[in-house]
Amino acid sequence: MIRVALVTRAIDPAALIASIASTGYGAISLFAGTVRDTSDGRGVSAIDYSAYTSMAEAELEQIVAEAADRFGITSLIVEHRIGVLSLGETSVAIVAAHAHRAPAFDCTRYVIEEIKKRVPIWKMEHYIDGTREWVDPTKAIGATAK
Amino acid sequence: MSTVTVQLFASYAESFGGPTLNVPLKSGSTVADLLDSMRALPGASILPDSPRVAVNRKFATNDQLVDARDEIALIPPVAGG
Repeated sequence: MIRVALVTRAIDPAALIASIASTGYGAISLFAGTVRDTSDGRGVSAIDYSAYTSMAEAELEQIVAEAADRFGITSLIVEHRIGVLSLGETSVAIVAAHAHRAPAFDCTRYVIEEIKKRVPIWKMEHYIDGTREWVDPTKAIGATAK
Repeated sequence: MSTVTVQLFASYAESFGGPTLNVPLKSGSTVADLLDSMRALPGASILPDSPRVAVNRKFATNDQLVDARDEIALIPPVAGG
């Protein structure tokens, strides 16, 4: 099973793992991105995710096809949430299963790194002081990945 | 001369003042020509030197031809995950 989805409801990583589990796999790797309470030293209260939906879904499909091919993965689920998320909520979940751990780890890592490079999804951070800002990773202080 | 509709998102939509923009273009225009036309519009100061443009839901190159039948979007720096 390989599928991607943009969702507007809460992501349930445990349910994704359950849906992919099989006795044929010795490894299931989960990456979950969650809403952190600080950003560059500023207190965050929420993040509003938006997307160019049709292209984002197409890019996600392309990325999972590449990952499946590259790592020999046949079970891979990616969900990315859109809308206003509270602190601690899951914004993205990537679950990959394989007979062995290395391809499962490598697959989830590849998918999240590619999402950050080329899936047209944006986030507006809302701060506890009432201000808000579009996140631009190309201008990040120190240019570290978020 | 025809008019293309450009979809805008996130910070670009805020800067240009809406989710779409109609831009007049000569036939035979490229992505680079489109960007040149857009740079003259109010709100264009947000655009970086080389904004990413999508044509028909795929990232486009500057020399790619565009016309009114294409689905064109300007893609601000992405921040998924």
